[in-house]
Amino acid sequence: MAATASQPLLETCGLGKSFPGVRALHQVDFRLLPGEIHVVMGQNGAGKSTLIKLLTGVYTPDSGEIKLSGQTIHPTSPEAAQALGISTVYQEVNLCPNLSVAENIFIGRLPRRWGRIDWAEAERLATRELAELNLHIDVSKPLADYPVAVQQMVAIARAMAREAQILILDEPTSSLDAGEVKQLFDAMRCLKEKGVAILFVTHFLDQVYAVADRITVLRNGERVGEYPVAELGRRELVSRMVGRDIAEQSTAAARADLCGQAAGAAFLSARGLGRHGAVRPLDLELRAGEVLGLSGLLGSGRTETARLLFGVDSPDCGELSLAEGGTRFRSPRDAIEAGLGYCPEDRKTEGIIAELTLRENIVLALQAKRGLFRFLSMRRQLALAQHYIELLGIKTPSTEKPIGQLSGGNQQKALLARWLATEPRMLILDEPTRGIDVAAKQEIMQQVLVLCGKGLAILFISSETEEVVRVSHRIAVLRDRAKAGELAGEEIDEQAVLRLIVGAEA
Amino acid sequence: MKLKLTPRTVPLLVTVLLFVLMFAVGSWRYEGFFAPQVFLNLFIDNAFLLVVGVGMTFVILSGGIDLSVGSVIALTTMVTASLVEHHQWSIWAVILLVLLMGSALGLLMGVLIQVFRLQPFIVTLGGMFLARGLCYLISIDAITITEASYSVISQHHIVLWADNFISWNVVIALVVVALAIYLAHYSAFGRNVYAIGGNERSAVLMGLPVARTKILVYTLSGFCSALAGVVFSFYMLSGYGLHAQGMELDAIAAVVIGGTLLSGGVGYVFGTVFGVLILGLIQTLIMFDGTLSSWWTKIAIGLLLCGFCLLQRLLEPRAGQGASRWRGLRRKRAKQAAPSGNGRFVGVDG
Amino acid sequence: MRHTLLDKLAQWGRHPLCWPVLTLVALLLLNWAFNPQFLHLEIRNGRLYGSLVDILNRAAPLMLVALGMTLVIATRGIDISVGATVAISGAVAAMLIGGTLVIQDGQPVYVAKVPMLLALLAAVGAATLCGLWNGLLVAGVGMQPIIATLILMVAGRGIAQLLSNGQIITIYYQPFFFVGNGYLLGLPFPLYIVAAVFGLLLWLTRRTALGLFIQAVGLNPVASRFAGLNARAILLCVYAFCGLLAGIAGLIVCSNVKSADGNNAGLLLELDAILAVTLGGTSLAGGRFSLVGSLLGALIIQSLTYAIYSTGVPPEVNLVIKAAVVFAVCLLQSETLRRWVFQPRLKGEEA
Repeated sequence: MAATASQPLLETCGLGKSFPGVRALHQVDFRLLPGEIHVVMGQNGAGKSTLIKLLTGVYTPDSGEIKLSGQTIHPTSPEAAQALGISTVYQEVNLCPNLSVAENIFIGRLPRRWGRIDWAEAERLATRELAELNLHIDVSKPLADYPVAVQQMVAIARAMAREAQILILDEPTSSLDAGEVKQLFDAMRCLKEKGVAILFVTHFLDQVYAVADRITVLRNGERVGEYPVAELGRRELVSRMVGRDIAEQSTAAARADLCGQAAGAAFLSARGLGRHGAVRPLDLELRAGEVLGLSGLLGSGRTETARLLFGVDSPDCGELSLAEGGTRFRSPRDAIEAGLGYCPEDRKTEGIIAELTLRENIVLALQAKRGLFRFLSMRRQLALAQHYIELLGIKTPSTEKPIGQLSGGNQQKALLARWLATEPRMLILDEPTRGIDVAAKQEIMQQVLVLCGKGLAILFISSETEEVVRVSHRIAVLRDRAKAGELAGEEIDEQAVLRLIVGAEA
Repeated sequence: MKLKLTPRTVPLLVTVLLFVLMFAVGSWRYEGFFAPQVFLNLFIDNAFLLVVGVGMTFVILSGGIDLSVGSVIALTTMVTASLVEHHQWSIWAVILLVLLMGSALGLLMGVLIQVFRLQPFIVTLGGMFLARGLCYLISIDAITITEASYSVISQHHIVLWADNFISWNVVIALVVVALAIYLAHYSAFGRNVYAIGGNERSAVLMGLPVARTKILVYTLSGFCSALAGVVFSFYMLSGYGLHAQGMELDAIAAVVIGGTLLSGGVGYVFGTVFGVLILGLIQTLIMFDGTLSSWWTKIAIGLLLCGFCLLQRLLEPRAGQGASRWRGLRRKRAKQAAPSGNGRFVGVDG
Repeated sequence: MRHTLLDKLAQWGRHPLCWPVLTLVALLLLNWAFNPQFLHLEIRNGRLYGSLVDILNRAAPLMLVALGMTLVIATRGIDISVGATVAISGAVAAMLIGGTLVIQDGQPVYVAKVPMLLALLAAVGAATLCGLWNGLLVAGVGMQPIIATLILMVAGRGIAQLLSNGQIITIYYQPFFFVGNGYLLGLPFPLYIVAAVFGLLLWLTRRTALGLFIQAVGLNPVASRFAGLNARAILLCVYAFCGLLAGIAGLIVCSNVKSADGNNAGLLLELDAILAVTLGGTSLAGGRFSLVGSLLGALIIQSLTYAIYSTGVPPEVNLVIKAAVVFAVCLLQSETLRRWVFQPRLKGEEA
C-alpha cells in the first residue's frame, strides 16, 4: 500500500451498506487525493456502484463515515453531494434530451437578469465551458440532436460548471469509440492539472493503464487493496478482482485451436444488404459451424447490420437468402422461424423481461415460435429451465426468481438459454460480454466456441477486438457504416483488424 | 423564444394555420362571421378554458396528467354560489377561499403522486370523484347567483374600440397566460418542469428540486382550475354539480392541439392559447351554421385530437435523430483520432 | 403450534387475493348489519331472489368491462373509452331493434325492425370495431393508451348521440329484455354471460400462452418483439376484446333500462372498471394480472353502492366514498407507504 504525503480530499472509513439479503459493502476504506485519477475496479456485484451511490448521497451508509477534507459529511441526495463539490457523470447520460445543450449545463443555476433567465448569457457561458473541453457545437440546439459522446461531454461540462472538486465518472466510456475516449481522457488530464480529484470506474483494462494514477480493487463488497498503477500489472489486477489466478490467455494461442476446424456449408448470405441511414450495402456470409466476427467502432453499423439480418429493421436494398431457399425477413418472427436467434446489445430493454421469472424468460422465444395454442405445459417449462440452468451454469436460487434480480452475467446466459431452447441454426450475439464480470465473460466466450462446434452459425459482435479475434474464424470489419474488409484464417490478428477499423489513411 | 421550423414547432405552426384557415372559411361561408367581436367572443366564451388549459399545459409538460380539473371547476362554482347566496359572504373572501381550496386539492394530489409514487391519472381520477361528490354534498340542484356586485363584474363590458368589448374574465385569462409564459420560459420553476418532462430520473440526478416542482405543478393546476371556476361562475352566474362536465378532455385537447407533446418536456404555453381558440372556433362555426347538432362538437374535437396525436407521432422519430449530422461529426472525429490510434485499442496486444 | 398458525396466516396475508376477499366480506357483513334480510335467499316461481343475487346481477356489466380492462391494463394500457363504447353498442341495438307491439289475429306480437340476433351482432360488432380502432391507435400508430382511448371517449359519445339523433330511444321489443332481465334455470341471464366470458378468459390465459404473452408485452414490448412475439397483434386483440365485452355490457345495460341513452349510458363506467381492476390487485404498471381479482373488485364496488343505498346515505355520497376508496387502494399498493409502515428504519432508501 502506497503511503502518500498529501491529505486525502475524500476519505471513507469502514463504510458499510446492506440490502435485504445482500451485504453490498463492508468495512471499505477509500482515499481520493486531489489532482489524481483514481480507478475503482471490481467485478459486477463487487460494490462499485454502491460505493458511488453512498458517496453521492443516493444511499445513506449503515456504518462508517465519509470525510471531505477531513470533515465528516452526510450527503443525503445527489443535490447535497453536488453542493459539497462532488459531481457524478454516469454511464447512461443523465441529462434532459429535450432541453438545449446550454440549459443542460446550467439548469438549476441559470444566469438571471431582471428577475428572468438570461438566455443569451447562458449560451455564451455554455459555449465557453465546452470550449475548455475542446468541443465546439451549437449550444442552443436540443441535446437529443447530438450523439452520446457529445452528451457525455456536456455532462462533464455541467459538473465542471458547478466547480466540482471531485468528479466521479461511472463507466462513461462504455458507449464511446476510440477517438471519443481519447478526447475524454484529454479532458480528464486537463481537469487533473487543475487539482480536481477524479474517481473513474471502468471495465476496460487498457483505459486503466492509459489514464489512472492509482487503483482501488473491490471484491464482494470488500476492499482488496489500493495500488499505484505502476506497481500493479494487468495479471495481478485481474487476479485480485477475481480472487483467483486467471492466466491472461494469449490470443495467438487461443486462435491456434480455431484454425484446425473446417467450416461448414453456407447458412445465410446477404448480398448488397443495406438500409438508408443505418448501413451501406454489404455482403456477408454465415456458415454452419463457424464464428463470423463483426468488428468496428461504435456507430460503425454493427448493431444495425445485426438488426437487418434478424428482420428488426427492413433493408431498403439488397437481399438476404437462406441456403435452403427463402427470402428476407419482415420481422423477427420470420427470422426465428428460419432458425435464427439474437441476443441484443441492450440487454435490459431489448433482451430480458425483468419482472418475469427466469423460467418464463427462457421459454418465451420457444413458446412464441410454437404459437398461442401449442402451450408448453408447466412441467415442460420447468424441465427446460432446469436443463439450461445446469447446462450454462446459471446461478439462481430457483427457476421462479424474477430475472431482473439476477446478475448481468446470469441474465446473459438466460438469454442464450432462451435461444438455445428454440434449437436455432444461427445465433447473433451482439456484445454478449458487455457489463458482465470477468469470470462470466470467459464462460460466455467458451460457450460460443462450444455452440459453434455443434454446428451453429454464429455472428459475434463486440467492441473489444481482442474478444473478436479470439473466437472468430472470419472477421468482417465495419467502418463508417460500410464494410471495410474481411479477414480469414491466417490473416487474422489484432493489428490487421485495427488497420481495417482505422482505415487506409492511417 | 426563437420559433424555427423544427419538428418541435411544426404542430404549433399547423395549429396557427388551421386557425386562420377555419376563420377564413367561416368568414366566407357565414354572414357576420368576419367581425372583430366574433374573434373577441372566442376569448369571452372560452376564458375559463384558457385558464384551465394553462394549468394543464404545465402538468402535461411535466409528463403527467390531471383529470380532476372539470370537477374542481364545478366544485368552485358550487362553493362560491353557496357561500355568496346562502351565507352572504363577501365575494372577495369567497374568491380567496376557493382559490385556496383548489390549490389545496392540487397540493394533496401532488403529494400523493410524488411522495407515494402513484400514477397521476389514477390519483387525479380520485380527485375527480371527490370534487364531484363534494358538489352534491353541498346541493344537488343548481344555485343561481344573484348577488349584485357579482352580476356587475360578470356583465361589465370593457370597451376596446367602437362597439368591440371584452369582459373581466378575458383580462383575468390574459394575465394568467402572460404570467404562465414568464413562468414556463423565464423562471427556474418552469425550466425544472421541462427538465422533469424530458427525463425525470436525470432531473433528480442533476440535483433539481423534482419533488417540490412536481407537487407545485399539481398545486398550480389546482389553482388554475379554481380560478377557472371563478371565471366560469362569472360566466354562468350559477353553481352546479354538473357544470364543466368533460372539461378535462377539452383542456387536454387544447393543450395537445397547441403542440405540447403528451410525453412531456416539449411545448409552449402560447400554443395552448391557439388550442383553446380552435376549440372555441369549432363551437362558433357550428353555432353559425345552425343546422349542425351540438354533438358534432364532440366528434370534431375527437377528430382534431386524433389528428394532432397522429401528427405528433409522425414527427417524433425525426425529433430526436439528427442522423446525418451525427454521421458527419463522427466521421470527422474518427479521422482525427485515426493517426494516433489512441484509446481503447492501444496496447491490446502489448 | 401457534407459530405455524401465524405462519399460515402470514402466508394467506401475502396472497394477492387476500385483500379483495377481506374487503368484500367486510362490505357484505356491513350490509348484513344494516339489513338483517341481506343474506336471505329464496326461490319464487323457480327463480332465486335475494340481495346477493341482486348485487351479482347488477354487477354483471361492470364485471364484463372489468374483465376486458384487466387484459388491457396487463399490457400496460388503459381503455377509458369503454363507457362511450357501451353507449354506442346500446344505441346501435336500440336503433336496429326499436320494436312495436302489433295485434295479429287477436294475439299481441312484438315486431323488431331487424331480426334481433342480427341487431345484437351489429351492436357487438360496432363495439368490437371501437376496440379495434383503439387497438390500431395504440399498437399500429404507437399512441399512449390513455390518449388513444381518450379520443374515442370524447368522440364516442358524440357518435352515440348522432346514432340516436340526440334522443333517448325506447325499446318496445319484448324478447330483447331477456338479455338483461331474463332468468335461466333460476338465475339471472347476465350471470351466465359473465360466467361464459370468465370461463373463456380463464382457459385462454391458463391453458394457452396468452397469459404469458400479455404479461411479456405489457412488461417489455421491445424485448417481446425480439423474442418473436407479435406484440401488435396481441395488443390489437386485447383492445378489440375489451371493446367486445363493453359491447355486451352495453346490451345488458340497454336491456335493463329498456332504452338507449347516448349521453348517460355507461357514464363513468370506465372509472368503475379501472377501480375494480385495481381493487382486484392488478397493478396499473402492467404485467401480473388477476381475473378473479377483477371480478371481486366489481363485486366490491357493487356491494358498496348497495350499502350506500341501504344505509340511507344520500346516493350522491357514493362518489365521495369511491374517491376515498381510490385513494385508499392506491396508498395500500404504494411501496413508499409500506416502507413507512413496516420498515421505518429504511426510510428514504431506493434499493
